Amino acid sequence: MARTQVQSRINGVDTDFLCEPRQSVLEVLRDELGLTGSKEGCNNGNCGACSVLLNGRVVNSCCVLGVELEGAELTTIEGIGNPDKLHPLQQAFLEEAALQCGICTPGFIVSAKALLDAEPHPDEHRVRFWLAGNLCRCTGYDKIVRAVLKAADQMPEKV
Amino acid sequence: MEAFDYLAPHSLLEAYAALGNGRRSLMLAGGTDVIVQLREDRRHCDQLIDLKHIPEMMSMKLTPEGRLEIGAAKPLAEIYEDGEIARRFPALIDSATIIGGTAIQSRASFGGNLCNASPAADSAPALMALAARLVIGSSRGTREMPVEEFFLGPGRNALQPDELLLQVIVPAQPAHSGAFYHRFIPRNEMDIAVASAGARITLDAAGERIESVRVALGAVAATPLMVAGANTAVVGKPPTAETFALAGQAAAELATPITDMRGSIAQRKHLASVLTVRALEGALLRLRENH
Repeated sequence: MARTQVQSRINGVDTDFLCEPRQSVLEVLRDELGLTGSKEGCNNGNCGACSVLLNGRVVNSCCVLGVELEGAELTTIEGIGNPDKLHPLQQAFLEEAALQCGICTPGFIVSAKALLDAEPHPDEHRVRFWLAGNLCRCTGYDKIVRAVLKAADQMPEKV
Repeated sequence: MEAFDYLAPHSLLEAYAALGNGRRSLMLAGGTDVIVQLREDRRHCDQLIDLKHIPEMMSMKLTPEGRLEIGAAKPLAEIYEDGEIARRFPALIDSATIIGGTAIQSRASFGGNLCNASPAADSAPALMALAARLVIGSSRGTREMPVEEFFLGPGRNALQPDELLLQVIVPAQPAHSGAFYHRFIPRNEMDIAVASAGARITLDAAGERIESVRVALGAVAATPLMVAGANTAVVGKPPTAETFALAGQAAAELATPITDMRGSIAQRKHLASVLTVRALEGALLRLRENH
């Protein structure tokens, strides 16, 4: 099957790649570009483990095709914070023990970042509603919600 | 997933030409249904036509008369984030904000939700209650139909193979009216309706008698269902609990649900009635708040 060349910008870096039309963004990230931070959970848009920001909006990368990234800007978990300087959400997740097995964590961080970018001071109900598309089978969610609220409190107005 | 070609036409003419090239086509708007269906071998195509580069498909316009025209591929989040639209058409927002979660709403569209033709599609009863119409186009021209005529069965819609759903049109709403949509699900968010109901109520100028209601149900039949009998049962009566119960009864009588993993026939018939009554109450509350 012919592969298509796609020009995109991923985590602030101009990124050209080749992919088949049937490959999802998640497959492109993990299999073609070596960006394995985004996780495959359900592969059908229910669990949110593969959440990425597409032109600033949170999407399930398993439900977007790689060829759709032509001209697009993508942010993955690899583009949020770094080992020397964690994003406030990442710091808060550690402090609040908001992860156990960790598979859902990149998706939660990406999705929560989209929330705080759009609404810097959400209340608990808003956080829970926003994150309803991210599933966690370990924590029972309370710690995650607490971590997001803590990060919101600690974040400068724009990070 | 089977291999397919990806086409991204930049105009309707290009899209119609692609539709007419003799190959099996599927449309890509938000992709939240079709990509999963292709992956799971539930749908098949030779070419996937991405509609998001066609300006008409992504447009949204509120006319001075209060009529809303939404491009079929316009993402839900871009619709409900518009404060003026949310204020004028709260029942539309009721549905747009519960189709999937945040990540789905970044991509999913009313057009895609309708074309997918699930009996449980949350957009359908809301749009039916609002008397929405659909604009359908092909190289032969355009035609319009009421949204309730669009559904033929689970996963089947009224589009011919050469046609595209172009626009969802929500007409200016009548004076002294209010509308509401809700569903029953066993969790709080991110689920598919066990049953759902949308309603619009229009009162006379004095606010004492019902001029008309439009009640529509989801997930209680092979297609979303317009309950014409609800209007017959309540027209001319005062908007009271007793009156609304008559509409609820009409809804339950019309419903022909199935038993599946989400609910039983008896539960869904009961829900059709309860959700209808509460949708009318919600619609009435909105009407009162606006006056």
